Amino acid sequence: MGSAIRLGMLSALGLFVLLPYIWMLSASLKPTDEIFRASLTLIPETFAAAENFGRVFARVPVLDYLVNGVIVCAGILVFQLLFAVPAGYALAKLRFAGREFVFGAVMLGLLVPPHVPALPLYAGLSAVGWLNSFGALIVPSTISVFAIFLFRQFFKSLPDELIHAARIDGMSELSIVWRVILPNAWPAATAFAIFSVVAHWNDLFWPLIVVTGHERATPALGVLYFRTEEAGDDFGALMAACTIMTAPLILAFLVAQRRFVEGIATTGLKG
Amino acid sequence: MRKGESLAGWLLTLPAAIAFLLLLLLPTLAAVTLAFTDYELGEWPPHWIGLENFTEMWTDRGFLTSFRNTVVYVAIVAPVSVLGGLGLALLIESAARGRAFFRAVFFLPVVSLTVAMAAAWQYLLHPTIGPVNAVLRSLGIAGPAWLSSSDTVLLSLAFIGVWEAVGFNMVLFMAGLTAIPKELREAAAVDGAQTAWDRFRLVTWPLLGPTTLFVVTISLIRSVRVFDTVAVLTRGGPNKASEVLLYTMYTEGFTYLRLGYSAAITLVFLVIVLGLMLLQTRVLDRRVHYG
Repeated sequence: MGSAIRLGMLSALGLFVLLPYIWMLSASLKPTDEIFRASLTLIPETFAAAENFGRVFARVPVLDYLVNGVIVCAGILVFQLLFAVPAGYALAKLRFAGREFVFGAVMLGLLVPPHVPALPLYAGLSAVGWLNSFGALIVPSTISVFAIFLFRQFFKSLPDELIHAARIDGMSELSIVWRVILPNAWPAATAFAIFSVVAHWNDLFWPLIVVTGHERATPALGVLYFRTEEAGDDFGALMAACTIMTAPLILAFLVAQRRFVEGIATTGLKG
Repeated sequence: MRKGESLAGWLLTLPAAIAFLLLLLLPTLAAVTLAFTDYELGEWPPHWIGLENFTEMWTDRGFLTSFRNTVVYVAIVAPVSVLGGLGLALLIESAARGRAFFRAVFFLPVVSLTVAMAAAWQYLLHPTIGPVNAVLRSLGIAGPAWLSSSDTVLLSLAFIGVWEAVGFNMVLFMAGLTAIPKELREAAAVDGAQTAWDRFRLVTWPLLGPTTLFVVTISLIRSVRVFDTVAVLTRGGPNKASEVLLYTMYTEGFTYLRLGYSAAITLVFLVIVLGLMLLQTRVLDRRVHYG
């Protein structure tokens, strides 16, 4: 196959994959009557971006959704690291009774999709009156056996001398974890951070279960609400809302493309 | 030191162990137990009803449709996205330039908000104002109501599923391809594997075995988990034509509050996922090896 043909095929397929983005942006700029004419021109005759985006901001608390998304993703990530990094270090570098048992539990935990414990978690959160709170959105995801597994594998490859030297300097095991091990584990930590943020920013299943109403809605839930309650046939505003909610992660991706791809590829095994 | 080390090991694992117990192990065991009860939210205590939830599934037309739809969805999305991902990875690897660019383009759906992109597809596929049917109209074809006709809805959702998954699989295949030394393909060319197809068949494909098995399993599991597009676009309709396993589990549990029955559906879902993982390790043990 000639390289020109290959390039042509890739370009055609790439354009096809980009179609929804292109039309989403185009519709978010068009006035309603142009959208309903269903013409195939991408550039609007009259620009209605201000009207479309204005309607989104006027009708739903967009900024709240975005802030909620940031709080939830950051909260989940911080706790995941807080739990997983020390455990990963202990499993990789320390000998203690029951270590194999703990590691076995981690491997078993890897088999269970997050949808399985959802029902009892919902019943429990409902019983203690925690529904509709950041706690309900964050707490169930704070333990990631996948993170423990990932960090354990990575820490195993770090040289023991690093730890011995720190111990001779009189550091406690806990400060070794945060001040010696973690600074040497940035590749694994960034890969996991990207994986975690992408998964939770985009998640719909769990927020849909524990949140009702706009106050604690995440971006995914916000789009769902806007589509069912406000938009109706107002595709201009709907596409504007979709653009706003999709933009943060896409911009982050475009800035740190290589890290994203590698991060998702190395953490791909979780699925 | 030994005693100190043991203590440190326990103390460092303790927070994670407690969280694991409370947030993962106990709820999972509770879900499995609930599957054998008639638990409904607000009705305490639940009664043990043995296998009744599972016998109900056998006669529940809604569940059976949901199960069948999930199988059809997976049977389309998994193979198409695996082959598509492989094709894209090979095309990009052999491209003279623009590798990083194309990789980014095809990967974009993976990092995009599924709910929002589902809405964008809904606009594209809209029966009257959507660009897809506008193109078809200009060709003299009356396009179907993609997402609102029971004949095409599952196919349309599967199509969106492929669009979303193919870039993910491509990245995994690209990682597998870089692990294959270039010299091997050159050696094969010297040994008489003249065409690119021969070199792919004799060298690349066998060496890619473990990657392929991994991508196949992960694609199967990810597509069994389809939920977002259904929840946003169709809510299982029209007439249950796009009802899928996790969505049925969601409505039974959180709309009708029949947590026992919903837990039983969750258990079916878990068994399917575990079965796929078991299949992967079996095949891995037996057949896929570097050879």
